Amino acid sequence: MIPPGCARALATAGLLGLLVCAVAAAPVDENTVRAIGADLRCVVCQSLSVADSPSETANQMRGIIRERLAAGDTPEQVKAYFVDKYGLWILLAPPRQGFNLLVWIVPFAGLAAGLVVLALLVRRWTRRPAGGATAPGVAVDEAMRARIHREMNEMNR
Amino acid sequence: MTHAPELGYALTVAALALAVYGCSVSAVGAASGRLALRRSSERAAIGVFVLTTCCILLLVYAFLTFDFSIRYVASNTNRGTPFYYRITALWGALEGSIILWAWMLSVYTLIVVAQYRRRQPEFYPWVLAVMLGIAAFFFLVMTIPAPPFARLTPIPPDGRGLNPLLEDSGMITHPVALYLGFTGFTVPFAFAMAALISGRTGDEWITITRRWTIIAWYFLSLGLLIGGWWSYHVLGWGGYWAWDPVENAAFMPWLTATALLHSVMIQERRRMLKLWNLTLIILTFGLTLFGTFLTRSGIIGSVHAFSQGSVGQFFLAFLALVLLGSFSLLAWRFDRLRGQTQLDSAVSRESAFLLNNVLLLAATFTVFFGTVFPLLSEAVRGVKVSVGAPFFNLVNIPVFLALLFLMGVGPLIAWRRASADNLRRNFLKPVIVGIVAAGVLRLLGIGNALVLLCMALVAFVTVTIALDFFRAVRARRRTAPGWLSAAGGLLLNQNRRYGGFVVHLGILVVALGVAGSQAWSVQTETTLEPGQSVELAGYRVRFDRLAASEESNHFKVTGTFTVANGRDSLAVLAPAKKFYPQEQTPIAYVDYRLGLIEDLYVVLGDFARDGSHATIKVQVNRMVSWLWIGGLILTLGAALAILPDRRRPA
Amino acid sequence: MSFPRHAGRWLIPLAVLPVLILLAYGFRTNPRDVPSPLIGKPAAPFSLRAFDGESLSLEALRGRVVVVNFWASWCVPSCYEEAPALERGWLAYKDRGVALIGVNIQDKEEPAKKFLAEFGHTFPNAPDPAGRVSVDYGVYGVPETFFIDRAGRIRFKHVGAITDEVLKRNVDALLAEPA
Repeated sequence: MIPPGCARALATAGLLGLLVCAVAAAPVDENTVRAIGADLRCVVCQSLSVADSPSETANQMRGIIRERLAAGDTPEQVKAYFVDKYGLWILLAPPRQGFNLLVWIVPFAGLAAGLVVLALLVRRWTRRPAGGATAPGVAVDEAMRARIHREMNEMNR
Repeated sequence: MTHAPELGYALTVAALALAVYGCSVSAVGAASGRLALRRSSERAAIGVFVLTTCCILLLVYAFLTFDFSIRYVASNTNRGTPFYYRITALWGALEGSIILWAWMLSVYTLIVVAQYRRRQPEFYPWVLAVMLGIAAFFFLVMTIPAPPFARLTPIPPDGRGLNPLLEDSGMITHPVALYLGFTGFTVPFAFAMAALISGRTGDEWITITRRWTIIAWYFLSLGLLIGGWWSYHVLGWGGYWAWDPVENAAFMPWLTATALLHSVMIQERRRMLKLWNLTLIILTFGLTLFGTFLTRSGIIGSVHAFSQGSVGQFFLAFLALVLLGSFSLLAWRFDRLRGQTQLDSAVSRESAFLLNNVLLLAATFTVFFGTVFPLLSEAVRGVKVSVGAPFFNLVNIPVFLALLFLMGVGPLIAWRRASADNLRRNFLKPVIVGIVAAGVLRLLGIGNALVLLCMALVAFVTVTIALDFFRAVRARRRTAPGWLSAAGGLLLNQNRRYGGFVVHLGILVVALGVAGSQAWSVQTETTLEPGQSVELAGYRVRFDRLAASEESNHFKVTGTFTVANGRDSLAVLAPAKKFYPQEQTPIAYVDYRLGLIEDLYVVLGDFARDGSHATIKVQVNRMVSWLWIGGLILTLGAALAILPDRRRPA
Repeated sequence: MSFPRHAGRWLIPLAVLPVLILLAYGFRTNPRDVPSPLIGKPAAPFSLRAFDGESLSLEALRGRVVVVNFWASWCVPSCYEEAPALERGWLAYKDRGVALIGVNIQDKEEPAKKFLAEFGHTFPNAPDPAGRVSVDYGVYGVPETFFIDRAGRIRFKHVGAITDEVLKRNVDALLAEPA
């Protein structure tokens, strides 16, 4: 079910280890590395981020993120470096500009449209006069009213 | 020299022919009213079941006897594959998955024959025609683009072997549960089509298929959760959901099916929304086909993709036929379906369910749009982009939180018109508890706003459920001997309602698991020499030694790590690396210590041959077990909901 | 409902068509085939130590047509298929101002050397231990081959096992250009 290349890479948790304590130069916040990694796509596994993927490639990319942060790059610059090398698809979500703005806007627009349609429909449906015994103003005798009340309570449980 | 490939192929063609015959005969019989044709199609359905079962048995026999003259057997097992995996290898790859689907369809068709031939004479022939027609498509796929019995010449001495990641309990059960869910929706869909074709567009199709929908929904939920469990305990990244295109494709029908489960209640009570419910079942069934299309066409890259060849085109053509055909039927019968929809008030259970539907459909649309956007971008601009977790999480989280809120409101708000009294009685206390819970958690140090909101909503919903249950039991106590029998009687008599509540509780537990694991999990990566330890979140993990061993079809290196919490040694974990001859790189196997609140998770990375050092990744994942517990609760709820009605006639 | 009695309802099935068309378009694309943004851009400099100890640097090769091939010993079968073609290409072009460098990624020394010995490669091969060079070139799988012109710009990228024809065609094209 899983193509050999990706699954193997996915489950291979690093042929070469990364010595966290061996990073020299400026102290790098691991959380920043993870945050940047979470926005980058692991190139050998279609949907995992560089932060999550246990593959060797992701390992190496995390190392490069650390290096660049230690050399003074800002997170934006690190991401821009990867985009230069791989193209826009290395980002796990497209940047919010141009055509790609569509993917960010359309779902919310869809939700808003759905809510508006719902509101309009509900308004139309509640305005229709209700035919039948529940119409207000119809005289109902007391015993009948009490019985209706009781049975409705029963139904509403 | 076996003739299994030819025999299997013959069986497949025969099944195809019989299914096509049964479908046409049933349709003609339905249209003309000739009983004899009806009987003939029933026999065809039985024949299809028998033939498909023979195909499966033949294939399993081939697996068990190492018959490598069949290409599928040779690609998915070798002489070292353990016995039980040789059986489950049946659904390990494309061709086998199709045959499993076809077999499940034939079983369901048989059940439909048995259950409905006497009880639903008007619908039943059309239902049979539709189901046999769908089965015929799958047999067609088995005959042309993806034949499971294709011969392999020359016959190799040994097979390639099963993908090692599939040698796991999760992969034995996940496809089966998922397919039971997918194929389960065929029955309500067939009934809906029968309703449209025959013109009997009343509410019967919904009442008849209620249990089918719940069961299919349940298996789909189970399949998704087991998939998450498999991802979590085998793949080594410590996560359970990656918004992978194929995961999304299985999630979308689940969302629309959930919407359907709720809106049918409006149709049952108020006879409204016929058009909408038919649309929902068509969408749900269509999305199950879309999911299988996505897995097999290779058009969107994915961890799951089997793909190859022209299978994708067959599925797209069929998907087009189904969607265009069923929506055209809908358009044709449009006039009969327009209801006299009236609502008494915008504040009512009907509105709550309608809002539920809008939110679920919005989530479905989001997932769909995000999944196909890379394709759209390439088609329009020629630029490849990726749409992954950051997008899906951002857009879906608000929708799911709103749905959580509705889970508390829906079951208790009155039908038709909720009075201020009704609202106050049912919701004041839960709202207060929710706000207080948020405050308390904030004081306890939880700062993440989304997590706080989620927890507050969970508290709110839990209190609504508890309050309602308590009041109902108390009312029942007047006529029952004791609390326990009152509670038991209540559950059994109103099993639909309380089954639903238990299912909601299950979802709440899953929601807590998701929120907690996303917000509070931590990890680290380090290289250790024997005797050295690493610390994380109060655990100390000490590297003891490496050991190598030879297994039936692979070579294994296991690292032994002792985990301690303060002074006490808690566990010894043994993550391993398995080297399979047919795989290029070794596969890492995690070891973990599961707990109610936190799981300790260790993955073995690189190591020195002489055992002088090993690199490990240690994770402390919190609240993940709640996902699986939620699944168990869901099971109980679904089981309760499908019990036969014991309500005394009103 | 205010849907027109006849025509409007057929919008429902028609609405499905755009989606189906988009999905059909999907058959023409290959999700694994990603165009490189580096074509036409200056190639990133690298300096590596070959397996035999020699120092390799891209800067030193300026003025020659440079072919950089990324491979791994676990890359079966493609790297094994293309290896003889690379050696043949090297022998044919090495005296014509062309440099060929093999970069071994995500591999261990032993299997890599075994690979080189098996094919008897005479052109320089170096490991890329931390993956810096492979990321610098936007490598996402093996094998991949880059063709760099005399001015140091990446001009072509070939993904997958390379053949004699592709090698010849690209190198000839770059050799034909004025220095």
